Amino acid sequence: MDEPHIPLPTLWPLGFAVGVVVALVGLIVDPQIVSPIGAGIAVVFGYLWARDATAEMRGHAVAVEPEMRDFGTAAPAAVAAEGPADTATKFPRSRFLEAATLGLGGVIGGIVTVPVAGFALLPGFIGQKRHEVDLGPVADFPEGKWFISTFMDNPAEGAVSRRTAFIRNNGLLGNLPSFTIISNRCAHLGCPVQANGPTGAILGEKNVVEHTKNGPILLRPVVPAGFGCPCHGGQYDTEGNRTAGPPVRALDRYAFDIRNGRLILLGMYSVTHVDGTGAQAKIHKYKLAGPGEHIDGIEQLLYPLQPPHH
Amino acid sequence: MAAPRRKSKAQIRREQVLAAVNYPVDWLEERSGLVGGVKYFLFRKVPADTNWMQTLGSATLTAFIVQAVTGVILAMYYKPSPHDAYSSIQNITDHVTMGWLVRGMHKWGASVFIILMFFHMARVFLFGAYKYPRELNWIIGVLLLTMGMAEGFTGYLLPWDQTAYWASVVGINLNGTGPFIGPFLAQFLRGGQEIGGNTLPIFYSIHMLLIPGAIIGLITLHLYLVIRLGVTSPPWSKEAAGRDRSGEPSTVRAGLTQPVARGNGDSN
Repeated sequence: MDEPHIPLPTLWPLGFAVGVVVALVGLIVDPQIVSPIGAGIAVVFGYLWARDATAEMRGHAVAVEPEMRDFGTAAPAAVAAEGPADTATKFPRSRFLEAATLGLGGVIGGIVTVPVAGFALLPGFIGQKRHEVDLGPVADFPEGKWFISTFMDNPAEGAVSRRTAFIRNNGLLGNLPSFTIISNRCAHLGCPVQANGPTGAILGEKNVVEHTKNGPILLRPVVPAGFGCPCHGGQYDTEGNRTAGPPVRALDRYAFDIRNGRLILLGMYSVTHVDGTGAQAKIHKYKLAGPGEHIDGIEQLLYPLQPPHH
Repeated sequence: MAAPRRKSKAQIRREQVLAAVNYPVDWLEERSGLVGGVKYFLFRKVPADTNWMQTLGSATLTAFIVQAVTGVILAMYYKPSPHDAYSSIQNITDHVTMGWLVRGMHKWGASVFIILMFFHMARVFLFGAYKYPRELNWIIGVLLLTMGMAEGFTGYLLPWDQTAYWASVVGINLNGTGPFIGPFLAQFLRGGQEIGGNTLPIFYSIHMLLIPGAIIGLITLHLYLVIRLGVTSPPWSKEAAGRDRSGEPSTVRAGLTQPVARGNGDSN
């Protein structure tokens, strides 16, 4: 058979691409360790690729059969008769200019694209700060009473950072204070969960307003039978366990601290379910995940990587 | 031999006027070929039994142009910051002259655009116009549909009222539940871990710069393929089999029913 062989495409670019991907993912996962590994892979494969691509130019024999497409029937003989041509005919000026244009264009394009793409993608992932929230004196939270508490997570951002949490002082556990602090972000798709029960004036109780660094903190007394989401009907009990509807887990909670007699909210964490209630509750806690993401069972395999949290 | 009849004064004047009218057109044509190009685009041969249904694509294009023009005007008065967005929309609706009209056109036109896309897609499907050699145009159409949906999603947040805010919370978190890359996609859309001051400008930029650019590019490709491949006959057409209505084999329209023959430079 005199079939012309088309040389296999080189595989080095694949390795190069893998290296670049690893380096970029590393920026999110672990910039100190994973990124340099990816960069190393990219450099090695980039070198191999470049060496392969320039082999002809550098005068090395290329181990592929001569390409014979588009020459018609007579052409193969002509190509064969040419024999080993000198570099000038094999690599004329026009091809050098073509390669130079493409190569330079690629380099310039890369120099422009990489920082722009980084600027487009990275700001949302890097430098995410945790904001501690000062909710005012612990004395505002009598034991056993629920409050709907609204505050600004980041006062510099203004009203857009307004958050709500349901808070109950559970009294002391041993000699440590215990609070149940449940986020109102629905574990289905993040709508604002409401307390199912009377608030404020109906109870004959007054709202409390504290002014802290997190803006005016509004504490509304409430007697919830549970919590319910207005969007798609997810229902939770007073520990945040899912009782009905589409949510995939219990409501998220806030970690807290008490400093100088003031209640401080730290970061949030996710919860699959809670056994028991109040100070005796056993909370099955996980790293914070987005609404609708499974954090246990087989489905957690769908979310192996989380973007960096504060 | 009779002497050539002299032209009347009125005749001469008419010719002069004609020349004066034609001059700029000819000038343009000679230097760019644009006039011929537009003629080639507008006066293509189409099967004689094309259907009113086949104007749905043009209707969709018109709806997109309306969205683009009204969107550009709205952008002159809209302020994409969490502080000003809602009040600037109120300003457009209540105070800017005819602002209510342009905003209404953009708001309702968005639904018209989506609905027309679906009607157009249904027509293409039911006419079998997605078949060889037009598969690629169907694929581009699907991309256009996706882009149109993304326009709807990103545009919904911009009024920055309660409906907009919570609908976008749900939409972003829906993206977040996508396997593997979902959490990253959601965090990119939010511009951070929570919806905040960055989210609105990001959506605004995607809505008015990124996706419209993509849509314009895809429409260009879409139209290029329509011109290259020609318009399909309705499925009940006898011409589709290369015949005219008398049932006799037609040589005149063969190129239209065998689109591959077109675009090779040897027809038209």
